Amino acid sequence: MAAVTEAPSPPAAQQTRPPRRRGRLTPYWLLLPGILWLVVFFALPMIYQASTSVQTGSLEHGYEVTWHFATYWDALSQYWPQFVRSVLYAASATILCLLLGYPLAYLIAFRAGRWRNLIMILVIAPFFTSFLIRTLAWKTILADGGPVVGALNALHVLDVTNWLGWTAGDRVLATPMAVVCGLTYNFLPFMILPLYTSLERIDGRLHEAAGDLYARPFTTFRKVTFPLSMPGVVSGTLLTFIPAAGDYVNADLLGSTDTRMVGNVIQTQFLRILDYPTAAALSFILMAAILAMITIYIRKSGTEDLV
Amino acid sequence: MAFVNWLKRHLVVLAGLLTLGYLLLPNVIVTVFSFNKPKGRFNYQWQAFSMDAWKDPCGVADMCGSLSISLQIAVWATIGATALGTMIAFALVRYRFRARGTVSSLIFLPMAMPEVVMAASLLTLFLNMGAQLGFWTILISHIMFCLSFVVVAVKARVMSMDPRLEQAAQDLYAGPVQTFLRVTLPIAAPGIAAGAMLAFALSFDDFIITNFNAGSTVTFPMFVWGSAQRGTPVQINVIGTAMFVIAVLLVLVSMAIGNRRARQKA
Repeated sequence: MAAVTEAPSPPAAQQTRPPRRRGRLTPYWLLLPGILWLVVFFALPMIYQASTSVQTGSLEHGYEVTWHFATYWDALSQYWPQFVRSVLYAASATILCLLLGYPLAYLIAFRAGRWRNLIMILVIAPFFTSFLIRTLAWKTILADGGPVVGALNALHVLDVTNWLGWTAGDRVLATPMAVVCGLTYNFLPFMILPLYTSLERIDGRLHEAAGDLYARPFTTFRKVTFPLSMPGVVSGTLLTFIPAAGDYVNADLLGSTDTRMVGNVIQTQFLRILDYPTAAALSFILMAAILAMITIYIRKSGTEDLV
Repeated sequence: MAFVNWLKRHLVVLAGLLTLGYLLLPNVIVTVFSFNKPKGRFNYQWQAFSMDAWKDPCGVADMCGSLSISLQIAVWATIGATALGTMIAFALVRYRFRARGTVSSLIFLPMAMPEVVMAASLLTLFLNMGAQLGFWTILISHIMFCLSFVVVAVKARVMSMDPRLEQAAQDLYAGPVQTFLRVTLPIAAPGIAAGAMLAFALSFDDFIITNFNAGSTVTFPMFVWGSAQRGTPVQINVIGTAMFVIAVLLVLVSMAIGNRRARQKA
């Protein structure tokens, strides 16, 4: 994911620079505080969580590590619908982000001219309004009987989405469509920025060359622009899919009990039901599933040097 | 036909602007509804125009208190994460050492982990250590997840730096401290500033990790979350609008300063 903000290739001088003589321990001193922080507050917690997930007991009598792996099985068999839902919602949101984000990134990179900075500001600025406030605004936008729902109804879009099970009756709020809409909205900038970075690096003369070779605009896009923007597509997809799969805010604020995702289950188990082993097991399954999916995805898209 | 051709040529621009509209629509709603006078506890439906909330932004119990807690945490988290992250970034770019690969993946992992997983694991750690959940546990967690983002931002800048500039400084008899303060730091500053800004925004806006590790401390996002259940005061929209406007103004001012500097140099 370093590709997101990676600078153009380092100057050649860096490679030929003579090795430093003094301060062989300097890098370790520089790393020590930060790495210590990550080990104590990132790696160690993971180990604690792993141990919690194989404990049995109760809040009153305390927990004990009993290597009770059945918790994993129980958690999976009980909550697999939420897992499937998380993957489906996150994947839909990611695809929508790609479809919506690509034209905007392309516009900023190639067509915006002197408006480029202004559009960039407008993409980033919403970040500074708390995302919870903005997500709540979607309640107003998608409100029952509001203009958006009215328009969708008039265009018979709701008939189709009802048939697909994305919406219910005359409502959009509290349906899967509202949750996916919120997820798409929330993570769209995470798609646009890496796409823009990789599009911006493309040499405009390549487009001219393609045109000189009688490629039509769409062919140029398919054969030149899109392949060259692949690093952006891959890091954008990851940056959107991972947080979307673990999110519980959109499902909670815009959805209903039928749209609960894994994140909602983990949150409830940890903070309300206080069933720590199940919550820890669920969280571990989510992590493993996502790491596995990322690995396969990066292999398939052939950009292993990306991360 | 002329229209179809025009549409074809400008399709990308139109689609892009539509996406921009989608991105900004909630902000428009937030702004408009900051002038609303809601009838009930919830501010989801337009009733009547009113400036009340703008005249009295702190009129809601506990909201400005939560805002101040969020600001404090964000400032300290930014300082902590920027300091630790900048050091790591320099070590990674400027030195070849053993365990470099391990360090890189340790930096990468927090960014590739769903937040809820990190939040839950931190909670198990704090529970096991018997730590009192509150300001400090929030701050510790925020420094942790901001750290990687700072490293990435600073690394990008340091990587594009020409090391010959520092060699030149040394050839001119600058000591290591002088070289660092007068040459290295000023060149790396934009990267460090970008990392710090990112850390501030991430920390100030974080809800998921805070939700798990806050105990009874209420940060601003926690307050908004609670109000979604209890009733949303209009003042929330006022704060949201103000944040948006301040951010845009700050960016515009910094751009104007940058432009003027560039012109002066030219």
